[in-house]
Amino acid sequence: MSIDVLVIGGGNAALCAALTAREAGASVLMLEAAPREWRGGNSQHTRNLRCMHDTPQDVLVDAYSEEEFWQDLLKVTGGKTNEELARLVIRTTATCRDWMRKHGVRFQPALAGTLHVARTNAFFMGGGKALVNAYYRSAEKLGVQVRYETPVKELVFDGNRFVAAITESGERIEARSAVLAAGGFESNREWLREAWGQNERGEWPAENFLIRGTRFNQGVLLKFMMNQGADMIGDPSQGHCVAIDARAPIYDGGICTRIDCVPLGVVVNRDGERFYDEGEDFWPKRYAIWGLLVAGQPGQIAYSLIDQKVIGRYMPPVFPGITANTLPELAQKIGLPVDTFMQTLNAYNAACHQGTFDHTIQDDCRTEGLTPSKSHWARPIDKPPFYAYALRPGITFTYLSLKTDRSAAVRFEDRPSPNLFVAGEMMAGNVLGKGYTAGVGMSIGTTFGRIAGSGAAAAALNKS
Amino acid sequence: MNACETTEAPVAARGAPVPIAEVREADANAAEVDRILHICNACRYCESFCPVFSAMTRRLDFNLADAHYLANLCHNCSACLYACQYAPPHEFGVNLPKALARVRRDTYVEYAFPKAFGQLYCRNGLAVAMAVSFGMALFLMIAIASQGRLFVPGLDADFYAVFPHNTLVLLFGTTAAWVLVALGVGLVRFWREVSAPQETLANPAAIGEAATSVLTLRYLDGGHGEGCNNEDDAFTLWRRRFHHLTFYGFMLCFASTSVATLYHYAWGIEAPYPVLSLPVLLGTLGGLGLIAGPIGLYWLNLRRNDLQIDERQKSMDRGFIALLFFISLTGLALLALRETSGMPLLLALHLGFVMGLFLTIPYGKFAHGFYRTAALLKHAIEKRLPNPIQAGSD
Repeated sequence: MSIDVLVIGGGNAALCAALTAREAGASVLMLEAAPREWRGGNSQHTRNLRCMHDTPQDVLVDAYSEEEFWQDLLKVTGGKTNEELARLVIRTTATCRDWMRKHGVRFQPALAGTLHVARTNAFFMGGGKALVNAYYRSAEKLGVQVRYETPVKELVFDGNRFVAAITESGERIEARSAVLAAGGFESNREWLREAWGQNERGEWPAENFLIRGTRFNQGVLLKFMMNQGADMIGDPSQGHCVAIDARAPIYDGGICTRIDCVPLGVVVNRDGERFYDEGEDFWPKRYAIWGLLVAGQPGQIAYSLIDQKVIGRYMPPVFPGITANTLPELAQKIGLPVDTFMQTLNAYNAACHQGTFDHTIQDDCRTEGLTPSKSHWARPIDKPPFYAYALRPGITFTYLSLKTDRSAAVRFEDRPSPNLFVAGEMMAGNVLGKGYTAGVGMSIGTTFGRIAGSGAAAAALNKS
Repeated sequence: MNACETTEAPVAARGAPVPIAEVREADANAAEVDRILHICNACRYCESFCPVFSAMTRRLDFNLADAHYLANLCHNCSACLYACQYAPPHEFGVNLPKALARVRRDTYVEYAFPKAFGQLYCRNGLAVAMAVSFGMALFLMIAIASQGRLFVPGLDADFYAVFPHNTLVLLFGTTAAWVLVALGVGLVRFWREVSAPQETLANPAAIGEAATSVLTLRYLDGGHGEGCNNEDDAFTLWRRRFHHLTFYGFMLCFASTSVATLYHYAWGIEAPYPVLSLPVLLGTLGGLGLIAGPIGLYWLNLRRNDLQIDERQKSMDRGFIALLFFISLTGLALLALRETSGMPLLLALHLGFVMGLFLTIPYGKFAHGFYRTAALLKHAIEKRLPNPIQAGSD
């Protein structure tokens, strides 16, 4: 049987493309690089979708307008975005959830006490792996063929027209059209090392990065397409990068390795010195810059320090902290220079302005006359036991992308391919030049997955 | 040494399972729950599946009592296993349904009365249930045979001509009383261990909610109404439906017996009752539920993914299901053939299975309903109190 649409990838964007193409009447084959138990790429670690809505909708409270969503995106990307594509994504999120539900995705209310996220983000019941499972079940029911453990190494073209995919094992698979949704290159440590290069201290920072998600996003097709001369966009050193527990596994640590106590204490580097305002804003609005902050420190490591007072006031960490009954003992246990460490802590403790502590608002506990300052939740670290958590940069996904337009077509020399489309992380950099705001990766993947699937089906069926 | 013998290395540290020598298995099982829930508490993706997760967010550490409480709150719907990004083959090896299932058996063992009998949970399988039942039936058949012959025509469905009413009341009444005492003591001990002083039972709203959850099997709906998982990540409502058939079938049979007791003592109307009488109608309807329900549950049990369960309890589950099925089957056969000469034998067989159930109730699967109800009640009370953990904005 000949294949209309070949979908390369197995995560959210690939599934959205496959389902949409199948709904349009195309025969669809999906090639997932991972074995079944690891299927779904980084989507298995996601938890929500950023959604615009003008009125409260089931799990979403209040309203989140197109304009506010756009302004949030503009702010986090520092203008490195594409307004046309961004607004396309934003508008799609207003309506895509019914389609997601139709294919078995279920939503749940945000965690209690997380009002700002409950307004902007629809949480998947059971998280991203439940979403991935639901999509695979729906795909199988609709007759989408799925092959696991089938990574693709290259494509065959006729000009800018896709002809076939060649798998790692050398099999040639022809189709009338194709969707590339095989993820970024975040799992490729060698490429990360090269992209981040060497810093002024002679270090290769990426050697100390942890990969928060799948081990299967090696960027093989991304590199192949670059070499084929496809139009690219984005800086390979940009990505979604957060500070996570240094003890996290090298791959697939996911959400639970985050350290949420940063704004409630101080963070020092390997030299025992502070380097950034820990209380600048709520953690959900700041965690995405801390990956880069830690990446900029010597040894790409930092230590979040808290005392007994804040225990139970932040999301519990997965690994227990290193504890000590005095601060010098804590410094010794984590191997920091005790003198500098104590100077930093003493200066901080002395600079804390007496205020009314409230971790649920931007309170008035701040430092005075300290550099860097701490704007909120600044209280002396003086009540033992003391806790330390080592932080490392954790990379979620990279932004280097195939350049595309609102048709999701892959482009060569600024001309769209008639039958090759791209979705998900492989094109997220069109919208995300830098920075991140929670849930927008799934918004992009869902929007462009469906556009790509629809485009690929049209390209295949018109031809046939 | 309270727990059943260890078959697998216990686990302790947060990351990967680590073997520890000489740890009591029950403690190791609880430690595994603590390890897993530290991971779950940092993730929380499963919050809407069931109350285990909302109970979890009220705690930072999980001691032995917490493990017992959460183990019985879990209905083994297993939605969280299939949704888990940390499930095997992930190195974190998170499998909450299995870990809680193991502790659940430890609960039954730990709180059994008398305590030494708790060990019976480890052996109370299909074979024991059948052996006890056939043993009892054989005993009763020998009693019949000792009267002269096995097939007795012309009794006109007069059960008491075979076994006098008072003999049956004495036999089953004392056993039932024992069952109630044994389960009651276990439940009280369980409640004392898992509940906090401020969690008072004088809470009608909580009692109402717990009762509704029990009677509707609310938490077999998967949190979204599509049901729980059985063999894979697809949801099914059949476990809930078959359980309803079984539970309500059992309750109808119980009602039948209660009405018959009332007939006997209050109005002096003695068995056999006509086919269209209330006891027979209730019993027949209940019996049909107890045929269809256990067949369905057995079928699901055969197909259940071993990942979801504590494999060692399979035999106990199946023994219980089989007992209910055979009680019903022999009961309905007895009704159909009560006018024949085979009645005494069928009666002996039926009573054998009923006695088999009675004897194994306090040390078998039957206990799950009582401990789970207690856990649901605790949850309904607890959730109405302020959350001691204020993790704040996420």
